[in-house]
Amino acid sequence: MRAPILKQSQYLIASIQSALSDEELLQLRDDLARDVGRYRSRGVIIDVTVLDVMDSFAVRTLRAIAHMIRLRGAETVIVGIQAEVAFAMVQLGLTLEDITTALDLEEGLACLNRQVAGARHVQ
Amino acid sequence: MSSNPRHDPRRPAESVVPISSSADIVTARQRGRALAAALGFAGSDLTVIATAISELARNIIEYAATGEIVLSQDDVDGRPGIVIVARDEGPGIPDVSRALSAGFSTGPGLGLGLPGVRRLMDDFEITSESGRGTTVSVRKWLP
Repeated sequence: MRAPILKQSQYLIASIQSALSDEELLQLRDDLARDVGRYRSRGVIIDVTVLDVMDSFAVRTLRAIAHMIRLRGAETVIVGIQAEVAFAMVQLGLTLEDITTALDLEEGLACLNRQVAGARHVQ
Repeated sequence: MSSNPRHDPRRPAESVVPISSSADIVTARQRGRALAAALGFAGSDLTVIATAISELARNIIEYAATGEIVLSQDDVDGRPGIVIVARDEGPGIPDVSRALSAGFSTGPGLGLGLPGVRRLMDDFEITSESGRGTTVSVRKWLP
């Protein structure tokens, strides 16, 4: 099932609704890279709350998405990584490196607000 | 009727999941998770088992294109466990010990596949023959 992308003011919120196949995750990558330009978005939130597994492919693709979005001039925050998923990721040796994460959607929006405000000061 | 759980008619049957597309990876880990839950695993163990199945199925797709994941249960001294066998007839792994060292990968992954799965599970066995295929068997016991 394709993950829906909601536009909320200057942000895009991609809310994953069910376990995604590799193709669906790559589709999300392409959709976000396109929509961030179409809507001139400043930030993207990817909500992975429903994911019960984050394997090496999922982690690698989320990192690629965040790097692509940054190249398109916006910031990405991954929200909703479950405690059990975090545990398995650490055991497997998977990291999101420099990707911003937040506990839930609310924290993720607060995070983006700070980042976008910070970027404005720099300009 | 025997009380040995090996002959328990309620015991979930062995489940074979053919692997040939990324959608099959999702099917395999969901079936594995359901079997693990039926055996009494909970919480992070369910996630760990599903993640290991995902990595094993992914290896099949990346290196052999097709294969199968066989899910079953075992028990030692009444302690149940889940058995996951990933089998393919792909090119095989020329250097198994190198494939098990962290960071080694010839595929597009993070090089964490087999060493990562070994860390996630309790028992890990691999047999591979060049040109004949690879079989990886892993077990996790109920805590």
